[in-house]
Amino acid sequence: MKKRLLTILSVLLTLTIALGGCSGRKAGDSSRITVGIPQDLEDSLDPHKAAAAGTREVLFNVFEGLLKPDVNGDLIPAVAKEYTVSEDGLTYSFILREGVKFHDGSPVTAEDVKYSIEKSAGMTGEESLIAAFSNISRVDKVSDTQVDIVLKENDVDFPAYLASVNAAVIPAANAAPDVTPIGTGPYKYVSRSPQENIIMQRFDDYWGEKAYIKDVEFKVEAGDAMIMDLKGGSIDMCARVSVTQVKQLGDEFDMYEGSMNLVQALYLNNAVKPFDDLKVRQAMCYATDTQEILDLAFDGYGAPIGSSVFPAFGKYFIPELADKYPRDIAKAKELLKEAGYPNGFDMTITVPSNYIPHVDTAQVLVQQLKEVGINATIDQVEWNTWLSDVYAGRKYESTVIGVDASSMTAEALLGRFYSKADNNFTNYSNPEYDKLYEESKVTLDDSKRTELFKAMETLLAEDAANVYIQDMAEFVPMNKKYEGYVFYPLYVQDIARIKLK
Amino acid sequence: MNIKSFILKNKRLAIGGSITAIMVILAVTGLFFTPYDPNAMDISAKLSGISPRHIMGCDNFGRDIFSRVLAGLSTTMVVAVGTVFIGIVFGTLIGAFTGYYGGYLDEIMMRFNDAVLAFPSLLLALVFISVMGSGKLNVTIALGILFIPSYARIMRGEFLKCRNLDYVMSARLMGASDMRIMFVHILPNTVRVMLSTIAIGFNNAVLAEAGMSYLGIGVQPPDASLGRMLSEAQSYLFVRPGYAVCTGMAIVLLILGFSMLSEGLEKNA
Amino acid sequence: MKYIGKKLITMLITVLIVTMLVFLAFRVIPGDPVSNMLGTSYTAEKAARLRTQLGLDRPLPVRYAEWMKDFFFGDMGKSYTYGIPVRPMLAGKVPITVTLTLISFLLVVAISIPLGIYTAKHEDKWYSKAIDVLNQITMAVPPFFAGMIFTYLFGLILKWFRPGGFVNYSIDPVGFVLYLICPSICIALPKAAMTVRLLKSSVLGESRLDYVRTAYSRGNSTNEVLYKHVFRNALIPVITFLGVTLADIVAGSIIVEQVFSIPGLGRLLITSISTRDYPVAQAIIAIIACIVIIINFAVDILYKVIDPRIR
Repeated sequence: MKKRLLTILSVLLTLTIALGGCSGRKAGDSSRITVGIPQDLEDSLDPHKAAAAGTREVLFNVFEGLLKPDVNGDLIPAVAKEYTVSEDGLTYSFILREGVKFHDGSPVTAEDVKYSIEKSAGMTGEESLIAAFSNISRVDKVSDTQVDIVLKENDVDFPAYLASVNAAVIPAANAAPDVTPIGTGPYKYVSRSPQENIIMQRFDDYWGEKAYIKDVEFKVEAGDAMIMDLKGGSIDMCARVSVTQVKQLGDEFDMYEGSMNLVQALYLNNAVKPFDDLKVRQAMCYATDTQEILDLAFDGYGAPIGSSVFPAFGKYFIPELADKYPRDIAKAKELLKEAGYPNGFDMTITVPSNYIPHVDTAQVLVQQLKEVGINATIDQVEWNTWLSDVYAGRKYESTVIGVDASSMTAEALLGRFYSKADNNFTNYSNPEYDKLYEESKVTLDDSKRTELFKAMETLLAEDAANVYIQDMAEFVPMNKKYEGYVFYPLYVQDIARIKLK
Repeated sequence: MNIKSFILKNKRLAIGGSITAIMVILAVTGLFFTPYDPNAMDISAKLSGISPRHIMGCDNFGRDIFSRVLAGLSTTMVVAVGTVFIGIVFGTLIGAFTGYYGGYLDEIMMRFNDAVLAFPSLLLALVFISVMGSGKLNVTIALGILFIPSYARIMRGEFLKCRNLDYVMSARLMGASDMRIMFVHILPNTVRVMLSTIAIGFNNAVLAEAGMSYLGIGVQPPDASLGRMLSEAQSYLFVRPGYAVCTGMAIVLLILGFSMLSEGLEKNA
Repeated sequence: MKYIGKKLITMLITVLIVTMLVFLAFRVIPGDPVSNMLGTSYTAEKAARLRTQLGLDRPLPVRYAEWMKDFFFGDMGKSYTYGIPVRPMLAGKVPITVTLTLISFLLVVAISIPLGIYTAKHEDKWYSKAIDVLNQITMAVPPFFAGMIFTYLFGLILKWFRPGGFVNYSIDPVGFVLYLICPSICIALPKAAMTVRLLKSSVLGESRLDYVRTAYSRGNSTNEVLYKHVFRNALIPVITFLGVTLADIVAGSIIVEQVFSIPGLGRLLITSISTRDYPVAQAIIAIIACIVIIINFAVDILYKVIDPRIR
């Protein structure tokens, strides 16, 4: 009996070894980099269906629209060489760049552009991820090098949406964009394995400045294990690591410091009791201490903010608003008393469990709110539940989350507080705000628009619409072998600029 | 036999008993008293090492790890006891009826049991938690429900075995009702099996709770849970390996003590 | 033959019940795949249209029947989140989890059987007792804790393996198997400890029986009696236990996959549940249930081979 068992065992062992002996590791790769991502792209690779910001930031390397953002967030021409706007502001004429090729080698034609914009705008039956594209009346192919997009109503921000990955130009001939993504970007897609990795390779026929590194692997790695992997050498760089984690890495890594470009806040459902009361919201603002949150959960890093605009928005950002509600327990208690809650109240903070920084922030908030008598409990939910219950269903009391800007327009951040906006998940409603917003939509003069946006921003702070916290600091540890990581004011990972030292 | 020689003879019982006693005392203490508020945060103590003030150091929020281990122990203990309680009560009820009566009811229940048992219990717990939401109470209920089938199967076997024994027959002849036979006559005879099942179940429950909290679907922060603390500690393995070791050892000792105790008892029973 | 037929029917019923449970569970879980697909551009109208496109608005029994039919013919549908067919997606994952499970199981067998017999044979020696103590402690270490300690000790301090250095079997089979060894040990250790314990007491219990004494009195040598008679009979409870263990290992691999970041079925399952990717989650659960049932079946057959008394 024992003998037989041993035989089986040894056969199995030899089998594994023999199997293993057949092929070895392919050595001698010229240049490659492994980028750790904390979550798989749980999305289709069809750029027009990429719903998550995490997917878009990776696909940024593969796809381009007619326009694209540069490092400062300004729009630069990409697949289009230039564009003009008609007098009435309704027709945008795009002249295509010559010699732009798709990853499969075929040239980009005007048909491809027409097809892409129509598909992305939901005119071919799919759901559009860009709400503003419902404003497109039609897309015309004028000549082999010109495509006109005609709008129903004037929209000054329109070009910004064309720079989104969700409006990428893809070949009309590709029958299965889900499975074989083909774009025009500096990297071409090679393969993906769910929950494991996505592999890309430099596209040597790229029209612009070509990428440096040849092979790129985006490796999916659970957040906790990321540090060990960096340390162990199986990952070369990783975006958005916490400071405390960064400190464990030591000298083998260069540390790039930037900001995440989002508005992290304790968002309050302004339609439910007691958060429908301005005094309660203000009391909560006075009860929280942003600096303490930064010190405890973020090692002191992060930029405090006081309204729904983050610092990267230069001309719209009002830094003083961050100091509007300094910590003042007595005042908070006073306000609560006036609002009819002398003994505080119970509340729930709903947090998506996959975002550890938000969970950490919520834990500190619970402690701070306790001091004014507000008894908060944390309810961790899955991201999917958060999307359907909190964001879409608006069935929640409060939530900690970071809201990013899908494009470099003030509209992307402030539009959601318009009382009739689809994405107004905080149910904020103020007729004065609505008036300012409607006015900004039809104002063409830039300085006047800026004034309007600033007024809206101030109003949000005065109304204490939410307990605003910070724009989180972002740390990117990168192995010393590489250099050239750049931060965008948008949610983007530009691998093409990274090179070997 | 005097106590001294009894303990000397059964070292396993002695060691297991003392470890378990210490862990239970710590857990009960954790319910009512901890040196610090397990959730109180202190910036100055952030990730501080072992010191007279914090005998296990502090975590990334400056919370006292020893206090959190105490609180975590009591959480784990409460969840495990609750789980075993739910499992054994319903498991015994189902096992008693199906085992004693047999027939179609038995057949259906057992097929259903097979199906549930064929399924990795952690996965079912995952599904349950997604349905009911996480949190201490829900974890207890979910795990408790998952434990029912295996308990039911064991208890069914016992009732099946006893159903036709002489003393049951004679009780029946004397006109005792089925209920009386099941719960007054047969039940006391299953105590030995029940006890060893409870012992195994307790350890499985501790493991399951820790595993689920480790995966982030168990007990919610800021409630302390050993599994959750372990997953947090993983991010700080380099600066504070002690954080992970202290937390992990608490789980190990809890399981070790209880399994030794139950084996020791079994040997003497 | 009748036995096998009965078992097969039981298997089918079990798969039916398991998948039905899963279907029902997904029905009551809050959130649906549509919210994930639309992300922050979610609106009620868009969601409703998408649901119709996916066929999610049809009654549950219809969807279940259709899924069952397709599954039976090997069609597992298309992943909602990834937009790619489920079957090739899982085809790449099954070997990872199966290899992990197999290595762990082989380790359990390779460690526990010799050690169990050895400790039984030398019951009173000090080293046998030392192994006993070690066993007792090993049993109490949860795999994910062992995983962390191993990663720290062997991965980061001693650098025997690279944490997170998983390579797919299609690229580097040797590296693949080597990487799985450490996680396998974490899974195998507590199980092996339990098996040693069981085997030891089983062998000891068996060797006190009358027939063994008779064998000895006839002048048979210790080893011959041990291997020919005792071991064979002592193995029966151990096989039952190993069967249960294998199922446990499949489940345990889910947590360990998380600790060692191995992209197997477990990780995919956890994410597909949280993104409500029904086709993927259902397929994985059905596959795991089938694996477990087949294991149980194999254990039953093994029984009959080893001990013809069992009917």
